[in-house]
Amino acid sequence: MDQFTINLLFVGASFALYIGIAIWARAGSTSEFYAAGRGVHPVTNGMATAADWMSAASFIGMAGLIAFTGYDNSTFLMGWTGGYVLLALLLAPYLRKFGKFTVSEFIGDRFYSPTARVVAVIALLVASLTYVIGQMTGVGVAFGRFLEVSNTTGLLIGACVVFAYAVFGGMKGVTYTQVAQYVVLIMAYTIPAVFISLQLTGNPVPALGLFGEHAASGEPLLAKLDAIVAELGFNEYTAHHGDTFNMVLFTLSLMIGTAGLPHVIMRFFTVPRVADARWSAGWALVFIALLYLTAPAVGAMARLNITDMMWPNGASGDPVSVEMIEGDERYNWMATWQKTGLLGWEDKNGDGRIAYFNDGDADTVAKMQAAGWGDANELTNFNRDILVLANPEIANLPSWVIGLVAAGGLAAALSTAAGLLLAISSAVSHDLIKGSINPSISEKGELMSARVAMAVAIAVATYLGLNPPGFAAQTVALAFGLAAASIFPALMMGIFTKVNNKGAVAGMVAGLLVTLIYIFLHKGWFFIPDTNSFTDANPLLGTIKSTSFGAVGALINFCVAFTVSKMTQPIPQEIEELVESVRVPRGAGVAVDGH
Amino acid sequence: MADQTNHGAEATQKSDAAYWSANVRIIIISLIIWALVSFGFGILLRPLLSGIAVGGTDLGFWFAQQGSIIVFLALIFFYAWRMNKLDREFGVEEE
Repeated sequence: MDQFTINLLFVGASFALYIGIAIWARAGSTSEFYAAGRGVHPVTNGMATAADWMSAASFIGMAGLIAFTGYDNSTFLMGWTGGYVLLALLLAPYLRKFGKFTVSEFIGDRFYSPTARVVAVIALLVASLTYVIGQMTGVGVAFGRFLEVSNTTGLLIGACVVFAYAVFGGMKGVTYTQVAQYVVLIMAYTIPAVFISLQLTGNPVPALGLFGEHAASGEPLLAKLDAIVAELGFNEYTAHHGDTFNMVLFTLSLMIGTAGLPHVIMRFFTVPRVADARWSAGWALVFIALLYLTAPAVGAMARLNITDMMWPNGASGDPVSVEMIEGDERYNWMATWQKTGLLGWEDKNGDGRIAYFNDGDADTVAKMQAAGWGDANELTNFNRDILVLANPEIANLPSWVIGLVAAGGLAAALSTAAGLLLAISSAVSHDLIKGSINPSISEKGELMSARVAMAVAIAVATYLGLNPPGFAAQTVALAFGLAAASIFPALMMGIFTKVNNKGAVAGMVAGLLVTLIYIFLHKGWFFIPDTNSFTDANPLLGTIKSTSFGAVGALINFCVAFTVSKMTQPIPQEIEELVESVRVPRGAGVAVDGH
Repeated sequence: MADQTNHGAEATQKSDAAYWSANVRIIIISLIIWALVSFGFGILLRPLLSGIAVGGTDLGFWFAQQGSIIVFLALIFFYAWRMNKLDREFGVEEE
């Protein structure tokens, strides 16, 4: 069986499974559509949250980010997991106790202000829409690479599958599909990693192999990696090179942003009790950690493998020959990926060899020239996004592993897209239509409008996925910035403080605007190229990059909210009681039906 | 809080306040640990820990890439367990 047929089998089987779940889990009421009837077991919900959360960026991108930068990109590992501590301790149990359907509904009720609700809805829609574009593009790319169809066809197939289970099943369909998607994606991620870890270190657990011994040389794996990349003029893998303050701020921004993303928060509305919301956050992190503890091992091992392939006899031996790349079976992956334009090499000095080193480092260039390998790096292009997808081929693993990785990448992108689309459709039908435009709408009417909103959201996301705006790559940072600067502080103040309506609105607007302006100043106004006044290499404020600004935006939100709240009237008695009741688990069952 | 008598309501309010401050104390302790392992051991205090070798590198690198995630997990499960116990101590758990 050839690789194409195997890929088709794996992807086809996983899609058949998702459709089967869609038929089984249809939503009959708004409670089922928005919150899966609040009957989801905490472990099940944890698994669904993990799939919801881990996107194409986590699955495809993260290991590559770590592989080519090393220690400095630990920020993603700590930031994207540390947010769950904030979520579990500061938000999830109280929002579950509140017992409504959307994040903006809590903000509107707690701050007794339709304005606050609308501001929250806008922040939610912008954050979710920008985020979903990347997922849809990811679906198209994964299809294009593995099933040899055009990106457009791939994207349309993906959209139809999401349509089937999200429109009919709502949160109920999405939850159980996400459980299946989690299983697919975690197997796809860990199985190749186990093989590679066994090859390199003899340890079947990649996370332990990372800190273990490199079997071929007997040295510790990381020491070996540090030595060889340093010899080629690159930064030492485990050393710290960037700005420490920005690293702290970026990690904090990712943490706060994670805790403020509405599609993650709303998953905690689906469990039966407050106690379950607490456990569920823990289970979510267990399932996320399985991937996040593997990712740094995947990154380091792939970097070592690639470097070894380019320098088969070590950095002081001869670089790999062009003949070997074109003829040797182990190098087949290079030709495959060259076709996609994401990998490139060129024998610049015509010596029949491809020398891979850092040609930005003068000492290394001098050394390479003295050895006769020329003064330019000849591995001209290595897109870090291909690392995870190409990894099984680089390590020469059996072809069913490659099929599994294809299904896993699609599962990661589809599950996150469905979660985001659900957040968007419930914001439109529950917050805008039921909350503002037509409060007297019947449950049947609301369910219908939720389905229509979902269908429209899928259509818009598909269109944007097909015609991604030029800024698509930067929008994930934007989503996190907005969530950190507006939604997280508003929710936290709603639970832990007695900040009033005016304070909350002023805080959210200030946090949003300042963050947005800071991002626009560095990335261009509305992401139009060349309209930026600063760059992230040389930012406006000290060393604070625009991607790290979310934490500052959150701080501004808190400060403005407290100041304005102090100067205006305190909260009324019934809101005081609402805050008191949210803080105590007793009576959560009552709140569910009190809608 | 639908207590029948005023007296009962007052007692409930008092114990709710005590419950809340106990909760906030647990949260603060947990968040100190949360910050210490990630921003502390993983980033800012890494130079101080560089003498402690772990598998070819140092303890700070381990905390940044694995240790902090493991501690985060422990923290969330500890909090869930501790709070569910606190709920019962104060009689505020759900039926």
